[in-house]
Amino acid sequence: MKTFVCIKYVPDTSEAEIKVDETGQAVDSSRFSFDINDADNYAVEESVQIKEKQEGTVTVVSMGPQESDVMIRMALAKGGDNAMRIEDSRINTTDPLCVAKVLAGALKDKEFDLIMTGCMASDDGHMSTGVALAEELGVPHASMVKDVEVVDEKKVKVSRELEGGLMEVVEMELPAVLTIQTGINEPRYAPIRGIRQAQKKELNVLSLDDLGISPDEVGESASQIVLNKLYVPEVVSAAEFIEGEPEEKAEKLASILVKGGHV
Amino acid sequence: MGDVFVIAEHRQGELRDVTWEMMTLANEVAPQAGGQVVTVLLGSGLDDFANKLSGVSDKVLCVDDPLLENFSGEKHQKVLSALLDEHKPLITMIPHTAEGVDYAPALAVEKGFPYLTELVALKVEGGKPVAERQYYQGKVNAEFSFKDADSYLFTIREAAFEPMEPSKQGSVEKVDSPLKEDVEYRKFVDYVEAEVGDVDITQSEILVGIGRGIREDKNMPDMEELANAIGADMCGSRAAVDAGWLPHDRQVGTSGKSVKPKLYLALGISGAFQHVAGIKGAKTIVAINKDPNAPIFAEADYAIVDDLFKVVPKLTEKLKEEKGA
Repeated sequence: MKTFVCIKYVPDTSEAEIKVDETGQAVDSSRFSFDINDADNYAVEESVQIKEKQEGTVTVVSMGPQESDVMIRMALAKGGDNAMRIEDSRINTTDPLCVAKVLAGALKDKEFDLIMTGCMASDDGHMSTGVALAEELGVPHASMVKDVEVVDEKKVKVSRELEGGLMEVVEMELPAVLTIQTGINEPRYAPIRGIRQAQKKELNVLSLDDLGISPDEVGESASQIVLNKLYVPEVVSAAEFIEGEPEEKAEKLASILVKGGHV
Repeated sequence: MGDVFVIAEHRQGELRDVTWEMMTLANEVAPQAGGQVVTVLLGSGLDDFANKLSGVSDKVLCVDDPLLENFSGEKHQKVLSALLDEHKPLITMIPHTAEGVDYAPALAVEKGFPYLTELVALKVEGGKPVAERQYYQGKVNAEFSFKDADSYLFTIREAAFEPMEPSKQGSVEKVDSPLKEDVEYRKFVDYVEAEVGDVDITQSEILVGIGRGIREDKNMPDMEELANAIGADMCGSRAAVDAGWLPHDRQVGTSGKSVKPKLYLALGISGAFQHVAGIKGAKTIVAINKDPNAPIFAEADYAIVDDLFKVVPKLTEKLKEEKGA
């Protein structure tokens, strides 16, 4: 099984306060820590597990800055064989269709059985790149995949997670693109030995010129969406905010809950 | 003059809520676009759905075909592609759901239309759409306009609009299915229902909900002790279930369950809409989170902005005292 797994370097904003910068077009990311997108981490694990059962290779693909090499090396340490990082400031990364076109340009001449990627990026959340990539490459796809069973070298059976936890089981012919949902497996920690080996694995850095992709196809002029502005929505809260030191807050809340008959 | 297409979603014999929600938005936008609301139904045996949807549409286009009995992104794409060519609506609305995201991006690539996802607002001004969506799980909003095009494709967030009540008497038009044969490379096999666990959280009176803010396994006992002290059941966000802190049947939100407790304590939950959609039925919500801008505070009745690991143990202690007293 020849697998390509596409991963994205994203800021961890789950507990961070976010500010829009003075351009109104971007957020101030200087204080964020970055790491692999959550769903992509599960995709890496799934690709490595399939390799362990079926043999084959896993190629890690990412579009991003040099700093993301740390993340790529970590995916290699977990079992990836080689990697390519695409970096070109001319790519319009706001538009998932442009991103998909770049990935398609990088993968179209490669031999593959499976391409996997996370079903959603935690930063922009379009849930579109994987399915758009499949369309660009002219291969079948399944999104929101929560289970993969390799039937034979030309077929997989996958479960798609629908709303309410309902699973839709489908059979797919290979090659195909699968977008992987979180929770499909338990992502491993990279073993020390793997981390050492990863330093020696091939990591190709490629520009649009290297890939033979015209900036006109994937740049600003190619996109049909125009970002007017970003803003932090006001959280309109009717809540009673309990103030004080942590202990006081706890005491006040306990009293509210008991006196109000809530507990 | 442009019509608004709404791709209705149904599953296992029911029209899904998101369909009625999109109808609300479509009926707002269509007059701005100077067109009609045209609801598109794909499936097999659709008469009942078509009748219901005629109450919220100017026209229902019905593609009734045994080949469409079970959902397939590829088949949806083929049928919709043909319908868009023929009818040329200004705007097409697709639900941002497990089904919608399985065909909308491919359809956008195929047609070359401007495409934007998971809209929380949309209007048409001077014949051009202006749309809003969110980034960073609801922490930032973005307004988009579009380059001039004849047709635009959007996915619409679930639970972002009130469902529409029937108030129209639209026509129903049956359309010949453009599908000539089944899709062989992806075949529906079966639905598998979610497992049922030991506790049915949809019936719980008090729930302690946990999220990513719990950070590590070792912080779970503090949360469980609080739950025990007040006779609450534990539940959580997708992140908490993925982390293995809770079994899947305790997941609250669009991909889990909708709950309706008297009291919901949200601990370390930022309040991404996928989770919030599942707690709309809670009577009283208490939220504890470090980020003062966390969207969960918009839902809360009582709020504490602080480190939950400092607040929760003390809260448990005090509740034990007060309840014991």
